[in-house]
Formats: sequence, C-alpha cells, structure tokens
Amino acid sequence: MAAVLAAPVLVVLSSLLAPRLDVWQHLWRTQLLELLGNTLLLLAGVGAGSLLVGTVLAWLVVHYRFPGCDVFEWALMLPLAMPAYVIGFAFLGLFEFSGPLQSALRDTVGPGIRLPELRSWGGVSLMMTLVFYPYVYLLARAAFREQGSATLETARSLGRSRARAFAEVTLPLARPSLAAGVALAMMEALGDFGTVAIFGYRTLTEGVYRVWYGMFDRTAASQLAVLLLLFAALLLRIERASRGRQRYSQRHRHGPEAAPIVLRGGRALGAFAACAGVLGLAFILPVGQLLVWAVGALAAGQVAAAFPALLANTLTLAAAAAIATCLLALTLAYALRLHPAPATRFTSRLASMGYALPGAVIAVGILVPLAAIDHAVAPLLEAALGRPVGLLLTGSALGLVYAYVVRFLAVSLQTVEASLARIPPSLDDAARALGAGAGGALRRVHLPLLRGGLGTALVLVFVETMKEMPATLLLRPFGLNTLAIEVWERTSEAMWREAAVPALAIVLAGLGPVLLVIRWSAAARR
Amino acid sequence: MRTLGNAAARGRTAFALAALAAGLLLAGSAGASEVVVYSARSHYGQEPAIDAFTKKTGIQVKSHGGNSSELFERLRAEGDKTPADVLITVDAGNLWNAAQAGLLAKTDSPEIAANIPAHLRDPQNRWTALTVRARTIMYSTKKVKPEELSTYEALADPKWKNRICLRNSGHVYNQSLLATMIKRGGEPKVEALVRGWVANNPTLINGDTKILESIAAGQCDVGITNTYYLARILAKDPAFPVAPFWANQQTTGTHVNVSGAGITAHAKNRANAVKLIEFLTSPEAQQMFADGNFEYPANPQAAANPILVKWGKFKQDDINVAAAGEFQAAATKLADRAGYK
Repeated sequence: MAAVLAAPVLVVLSSLLAPRLDVWQHLWRTQLLELLGNTLLLLAGVGAGSLLVGTVLAWLVVHYRFPGCDVFEWALMLPLAMPAYVIGFAFLGLFEFSGPLQSALRDTVGPGIRLPELRSWGGVSLMMTLVFYPYVYLLARAAFREQGSATLETARSLGRSRARAFAEVTLPLARPSLAAGVALAMMEALGDFGTVAIFGYRTLTEGVYRVWYGMFDRTAASQLAVLLLLFAALLLRIERASRGRQRYSQRHRHGPEAAPIVLRGGRALGAFAACAGVLGLAFILPVGQLLVWAVGALAAGQVAAAFPALLANTLTLAAAAAIATCLLALTLAYALRLHPAPATRFTSRLASMGYALPGAVIAVGILVPLAAIDHAVAPLLEAALGRPVGLLLTGSALGLVYAYVVRFLAVSLQTVEASLARIPPSLDDAARALGAGAGGALRRVHLPLLRGGLGTALVLVFVETMKEMPATLLLRPFGLNTLAIEVWERTSEAMWREAAVPALAIVLAGLGPVLLVIRWSAAARR
Repeated sequence: MRTLGNAAARGRTAFALAALAAGLLLAGSAGASEVVVYSARSHYGQEPAIDAFTKKTGIQVKSHGGNSSELFERLRAEGDKTPADVLITVDAGNLWNAAQAGLLAKTDSPEIAANIPAHLRDPQNRWTALTVRARTIMYSTKKVKPEELSTYEALADPKWKNRICLRNSGHVYNQSLLATMIKRGGEPKVEALVRGWVANNPTLINGDTKILESIAAGQCDVGITNTYYLARILAKDPAFPVAPFWANQQTTGTHVNVSGAGITAHAKNRANAVKLIEFLTSPEAQQMFADGNFEYPANPQAAANPILVKWGKFKQDDINVAAAGEFQAAATKLADRAGYK
C-alpha cells in the first residue's frame, strides 16, 4: 500500500535517469545558488514565524482567560481555509504602491512616502506565516490541552515560575506536536507556487515552473523538483530527530484540565491584542477585501450559474479525500507502531514527501502511471468486450481522490503519528495482555485516545482538498469543476472581483468542519 | 448517532463518486454529432462563438477547461484514447509545443487559409490563430509624451532609468516577445537589449493589470503589457491615465501573440472539428471574439472593438508567430543570463 502511495514520488525521482546536464549547467551559472538561498530563507522565515505565532496563541487560549478567548480559540483556526495566494493578492491590493493605503498616504503626507516593499522575503514570509501558523496552533492546542494540570502543578510546586515551567515542562512535552506542525508549514511553503509567483520571489519551486513552462522541459523540471524532495527529507529527518531523542508519553491526562488563569487589565489587553491582531491580519482583512469584491461581482450579476454544482463537487471530493486519507494514515501509523519494519517506514516517508512538491509536478507523477495502466489494460478489455473502451483511471474521480491522498497523506500522517506517539506503549501491552488483538486494541484503546488527533487530521485534509488547484485541474473528470478551479480561472485573468465569491465559499465551507472538530475535541475532554 | 451520521456521509460519498464515474464513462463515448474541445481559453468566460456554432450546425460542443501546460500533459498521456478532438490554447509557444510533440494533426482547409493571414498560422497547417494579442509599450499620459517613445529597444536608453515596470521573465508573454526578437535579430543583439532594460532598474510586477495600475499611480512611467488588459480597465474607467504606444512602427512592427486552435492527432470527430475551426475563424465568429475580450480578431474582415479602434491601426510584426515557441527556451535562458528575473 505504501508503495502505491509512493509511486508518484518515484516517477519524479525516475527523471534522474535521463540527466539534463545542459539545463543544470545553465541553472548553476545563472541562478541555482540564488534559488537555494531564497528557499532556505523562506523556510526559516515561515518556520520561525508559524512556530512563534502558533505556539504563543495556543498557550494563551489554553492557559488563560481573557475577553473573547472562547471565540479566539476556534476563530484562530480559520486562516487555514484561506488559499495563500488569495491572502497574498488581497495584501498586495491593499498595501502596494498603487493600493488605496499608499495612495492616501501620498496624498496626505507627501509624494515621497513609501511603505516597506511587500514583494520581498519579508512579505512572502509574512503571508505564508499568516495562513500556515494554524498547523502549529491546532497541534499545539491539542497537546497543551491533553497535558492537564498535574504536570504543570508539579513543576510549579517544585518552585518553578510559570514561564520556566512552560519552557521546561510544557514545551518539551508538546514537542512532537510542535515539530509536526512546523514541518507541515515548511513543506507547504516549499511546494507553493501561487504566492511566490505573484510576489516575484524566486524559489526552487519557481525554478521548476520556469524550466517546465519556459523551456518546455519537464524532465529537467522534475530533476529540479528532486531537490525539493531532498529538502523535504531533511525537514522530516530533523523533525524525527527532535521527536526521537527524548520519548515522552503520558499515560493519561494528569489531573483535571489545568484551570486557566484569569487575566486582568494590561495583561488581558495584551493577550486580546495578540489574538485579535493575528486574526485581523490573517482572516478579517483578506475576507473583508473579498467581501468588497464579492458584493461588486454580485451587483454586476457575475456569479456562475453552476455555483451549487461547484459547491457540491467540492464538498463531495473533499469529504472523500479526507476519509480516504485519514483511514490510510491511521492504518500506516498503526502498522508502523506494531511492526516498525524499515521498508514500510521508508516508503511511508517517501509518500509523505509528496506534500513538499509543487502540485502540478506531483499531479503529472500521478497522471503518467495512471495513463500507463489504462493503456496496458485497454487492449485486454477490448479483446474481452469486443468494442473499443476509453480511459478508465485517467480523468476519473478515483484517480483524483488518489491524487489527493498522495498530496495530503503527510498532513494526516503527521497529525495521527504525533497523537499516537503520546500514547504510552505500555497501554498496548496491557490491552494485549488482557486478550485484545491488534484490531481490538486499536478500536477500544487507541481510537478513543486518538479522537482529537484524527478529527484534526480530517479537517486539515478536508480544507486542503477544497483549496487544492493544480492536481484537480490536471486529473479531474471531463468537465468537472470545483470552487478552487473557479477561483483559479478568474484570478489567472486578474478578474479578482469575480473570483471573490467562490473564494469566500471555500472559506465559509471550511468553517463547518473546523467548528465540528472543536465540538468533537470538547466532547472528548469530558 | 455520530456513527450513523458518518455511515450516511460515507454512503453519500460513495454514491457521488459512482455518479462521477458513470458521468465520465458517458462523456467518453462520442456521439454522432458532437465535438470535444480542450480549452485553455475557458477562463476568459463564456465563448459566444462556440454557442453560435451549435446553434448553426446542431453539433454539440463539449468543453473541458484547463491551463495550457496541463492540457498538453493530459493530451499526451491520453494518447490515442483521448476524448479531445480540438485543442484551443493561448500563446503561440504552446501551440508550437503541442504540434512539435505530435499532438496536433495537419488540416488543409482552404477556408481557414482564406480567413487567417499566413503569419498567424502554423506553416504546416497544424494550428491557426483565433485571436491576436498585441503586446506593446504603455505610458502614463500625465508624465510621458508619445514623442519620447519609439521601440522596445529604446527602453534600454538610460533616460528610462527607474521609470519602467516590467513583468517577470518567468511569464510567457515576455518570453514570447523576446523569442520573436531572437528569430529576427539573433541572440547577441537581444541579450544586449535585455541587459539595457535590466540596467535601467525596472520594477518587476507579475501581472499586466497590476503594471497598468502602477503606471497610473505613478510608480513607473512606462511598461509593456497586452492591450486587452488596458481596454478592460478603460471600459469601466475611461479617464484611466494610461495609453498604448504602438512600438516599432518604423522597424519590425508591434509584437503580437495569439490564442489558437488545432485538431488533435487522434480526433474521433475530425469532420466536426474541421467545421468548428472553420466557423471559429469566419468573420461572424471572429466578430464575437473581438467583442468579447477586447482582443483583436485574427480574421482581418472582422472589426475590432470601438475602444481598440480609437487607438488606431498599427503595423503587426509579421514574423510567423511559431517563432515564439521555437525560441522560447532560448529566450528564457537569455533572460537568466542577462539577469532579468
């Protein structure tokens, strides 16, 4: 099974069999170092940014009470539903030289005034941090909640200040979750093309497209994408290392959930401002901009008549992908826990790396084997049926869901493995000693404990699938459209007003599952 | 309760997937009077010309949208099993690439040849242009007098230092511009020109509409964009302070690119496909294209939109647009060498 999931990554790797030395030489002479440097800088910016924002916000909402904290707790997940290039375009529209803010400043303050250039490392890192921090936030919040009060109280009773207890006890315990979240944010940044393209920030992924589209050389582009795989492998390696050196697992939550501290005065204001600031920038501002555009589009009657069908297609595909991906991730993670065979471990890592590849590259990696199977099977079927047959897998819903599974396996596997790692192996032994089989132990012991983690994984894959564009575009069944395709079709022609309605629909449709997982984890706590 | 809900959701999902699969199988079986189109023009909105074709001939047109590179990959992977009869795509480079990969079949139609000028068609008749996009110099009507402008090459003059907005070199529009220049003048000349542009410290903005807005806001004084983006803005805001300047009128003519169509190598409905392309290049359909997206009709018998007519007639670069594909890789590499990002 892991091998089937790793097939597209292997297709990309197989490009190495026909080395395109001339292209590499050209890249080396002109830009390779710049692309590598830019990519590293971006990873550092997005990694540090989402770690800081995600951890601090999760810590605030779990351990403190302040005005609005109940709303912030779920609302801070919402930026996840915002495609990165959409927030990028909204920010550019508002803050660039020709935008309303700078225009107003020039009119009032003077013609010489300039805001910092958004089309820069800082600007791209900020955009990606704003939409990718929820990975860290979601996982950190779940981890902090699961810790309970006893651990923290013990540290406190041993004379540690609250800050030191956080640094010495809470953070190390949550480390697998934090590392998993940061790795996801960085892998997503690695494979992003939409945002870096509008910001003109040249990364390895931008280079892949330049070679593919600009030089019509897909083989060389795939070879460049292998560098992205190396980056992803390194990221996963570091993540494992940070998790593996010390093994922490908690038997069960020690003591009741930590009683949150009620903040007052300046501190309450500070906590509120931190949450509101992030939410404002990452969600309210871009959604506000989208609303303004959407109202314009609605007034002009420019909304696709097929809108209900688009919504239904999007939700159906997202649900199918979420369920399939999470079932597979659970199976893989559990198999790895029971029998950590090196071969299984290796292929599941390989499959996870698909997440760091640009969507179009992984999509071609899927298209090629699917079409090969179709062309191999067709003559047999034609002989059996006595009539010509079309393509069965290529351009089928099944092929598309397969693509989603490959693209987003990392998201669910990371999340499920992080939760599974916190369940002590002694519980497995106890269950087995009491006569439960592997399946029984999973159903009766692990699944109830994994509920929060699985719920998170489902929501993440669901929302990711709704936003997914390149693989959907290439592999979808004939004529099938989704909201993300609709957004892309409009934005690729700079018709932002017309793109706003489907973009808002993606954000709103993401609300439902986010709220569901919150209720779910709240119920699991009782 | 929750389990029940999940089971129901799964049931519904399975049903929907089965429905999708069934729909696909139906779509795959070609009827007698239909034609299947893969179109990278789909995102320009509804194509009234295609609806008009169905109305006129009774032939149903089934369209599947996508972007040029991905439709190319799909067509190639599907091989002889492809449902597509016609590929409609944007940028001559993509048409050239599809023809080069053997995805398009030769179509000798006297009607198409009569409709479309030779430099806008494949020399081997594997594709033809449907619309023409002119890419020329745009200037701020507040800060620049048209007399100061002449050619693309002249933008390398130091007097334009810090005054130019250009699209990033990774985008096909400027790759095509450079590619046709290479075909005419050779690489060394074009590389010197691009180095001149780069020495003028251009502001790189990845979007034609954004470049036009930046010129209007005063961030730069001149830029190079396709004209239909300006026409779209002017249709809503006639006072927008940017105007086109027809570049290279005394020399090679203004650079044009195309969107176009070809019949696939494994078309199942070839006769209908020929009829479709003959119709799309006819004056009647060309008028619809011209009115729809402010592009220029490829057929000179159709009239351009009134906004375009106001800009006056211009001399097109009459080099065959296939050069855009032939030299695209060279143009991309040249831009890299010259430090044009």
